Amino acid sequence: MPLSRDEVRHVAMLARLGLEPGDEDFYAEQLSGILEHIDRLQQVDTEEIPPTAQVVEIASRLREDEPRPGLTQEEALANAPAKVDGFFRVPAIQEEA
Amino acid sequence: MIDDLTELTIKDAARLLRLGSISSAELVTAHVERIERLDPHVKAYLRFTPELWESQADEADRKIGQGEAPPLAGIPMAVKDVLCVRGVETTAGSQILRGFKPPYTATAVARLFEAGAVMLGVTNCDEFAMGSSTENSGYFPTRNPWDLDRVPGGSSGGSAAAVAAGEAMIALGSDTGGSIRQPAALCGVVGMKPTYGRVSRYGLIAFASSLDQIGPFARTVDDAAITLSLMAGFDPLDATSSDRPGLEVLNSSGGTVKGMRLGVPREYYDVKGIEPGVKAALDAALFILRNAGAEIVDVSLPHTDYGLAAYYIIAPAECSSNLARFDGVRYGLAEVDAPNITDEYMQTRRKGFGTEVRRRVMLGTYALSSGYYDAYYLKAQKVRTLIKRDFDEAFKKCDAIVSATSPTVAFPIGSKTQDPLSMYLCDVLTLGGNLAGLPGISVPCGTSDGLPVGLQVLGPQWGESVVLRVARSYEEASEIRAEVASVV
Repeated sequence: MPLSRDEVRHVAMLARLGLEPGDEDFYAEQLSGILEHIDRLQQVDTEEIPPTAQVVEIASRLREDEPRPGLTQEEALANAPAKVDGFFRVPAIQEEA
Repeated sequence: MIDDLTELTIKDAARLLRLGSISSAELVTAHVERIERLDPHVKAYLRFTPELWESQADEADRKIGQGEAPPLAGIPMAVKDVLCVRGVETTAGSQILRGFKPPYTATAVARLFEAGAVMLGVTNCDEFAMGSSTENSGYFPTRNPWDLDRVPGGSSGGSAAAVAAGEAMIALGSDTGGSIRQPAALCGVVGMKPTYGRVSRYGLIAFASSLDQIGPFARTVDDAAITLSLMAGFDPLDATSSDRPGLEVLNSSGGTVKGMRLGVPREYYDVKGIEPGVKAALDAALFILRNAGAEIVDVSLPHTDYGLAAYYIIAPAECSSNLARFDGVRYGLAEVDAPNITDEYMQTRRKGFGTEVRRRVMLGTYALSSGYYDAYYLKAQKVRTLIKRDFDEAFKKCDAIVSATSPTVAFPIGSKTQDPLSMYLCDVLTLGGNLAGLPGISVPCGTSDGLPVGLQVLGPQWGESVVLRVARSYEEASEIRAEVASVV
């Protein structure tokens, strides 16, 4: 089914992807084309078929809960675009009271 | 007199190194000189690692001198830009990770370092491994060493081109829908995707976690097998990795297809869009395999027509989740002047991701969004079950499956970039192996109009030794060896 420009805006917001002029039409057209191909899945009878999320049989592995060294604070922050006093810096998410 | 050092196999290089006829430093220098001459044209590499190659070659020469050489001592290797190497800029071919220097090394790479491999540099790829031509790189396209106006395939196009051009003896790639096998075919080298779980994914920048596997590129089946065996096995840092048997490396005399049943899926043989020249090369390969003693049997994979559709829900859905972490806070590009955190995320991701990545993130987000989950994602997972069952049924009738790797030879740069679906169809013969978690290899099987064609061999899960046996016997019987492209 074709995707509307409103749906493109909604999906872009969910995915936290900014849109620039022309993006809405571009993605509405392209995603609709891909979804048209994907719609053939509806032809397959899957009434009795269980879904596969993971193809290889593996048992859940557990390990002892033992402390191990991880990244140091310096290593963890080394790639941060903005940091302050040993923290990642982001814009404020709350107004000052 | 020793032949060009950039055309050696691992086995030959290891012998010469141990005899003292050459040093690891000389082997590396020969490759670096070839890179300096050819890579300005091919553009296989994104960046080079001279500090690593110097220290690792010295270490290899020291160990060889002491008679303690590990199996890959001194072997020059290229690494796809999706595998983290501590302190080496790793960007997944994306601007959003420009400048990112991982604080740790991927297990697959660490194991090959341990085995003595010498890293030459980081190879180009489609952004976040999404693509079949390496044109989606956030930096520049890589060119096919056999024809510089054509693509090398993708997403691991830089690794395939580096090995084809003699700019590395081996290279690492990742394969989510064909990203090792398809570029191997288009560049005329050997490329192998192991069973899901054979190689630890720790340190691999994730695209679609239920499909991704790391594997080797090489110019012979033996070189690919040795490289794979050294990085395989359980890793406590990847809970899906496994020590299952089935990866016995063939000894030099082992491996014949005599008495083996090789299945040719009719849906693959007659796949829409297969070029006559590719089919002719496949027919010739089947003839050679039959002459070598294999029985060629007809098999069917009835849900082949739905594979691409299922894949293009599952892979984008997983990628939309995996790529949520690129938010400009902890690493990579950031639009830090945004007025609030949501705008910061949105501007960072709009600026940092390229067109194909944004397209797939949107598609995956849509497929997982409220009201569409059952119709798309759940439906695709059920069709995945049917595709897996198709292979289970086929392997009751044959030991391995053979087909072309790609329906076409290398195509001209720019010829598929405007039509995403035509690009997606490049993987129509390879993505089934990912959906079903199978091991698969592409080996060179001649040319069409002077461009390489690849033969794909797929085996049952954990059946790498079967796949390698077929590939090795074909390589021997056909006398077709990956050649080093002369480029210009």
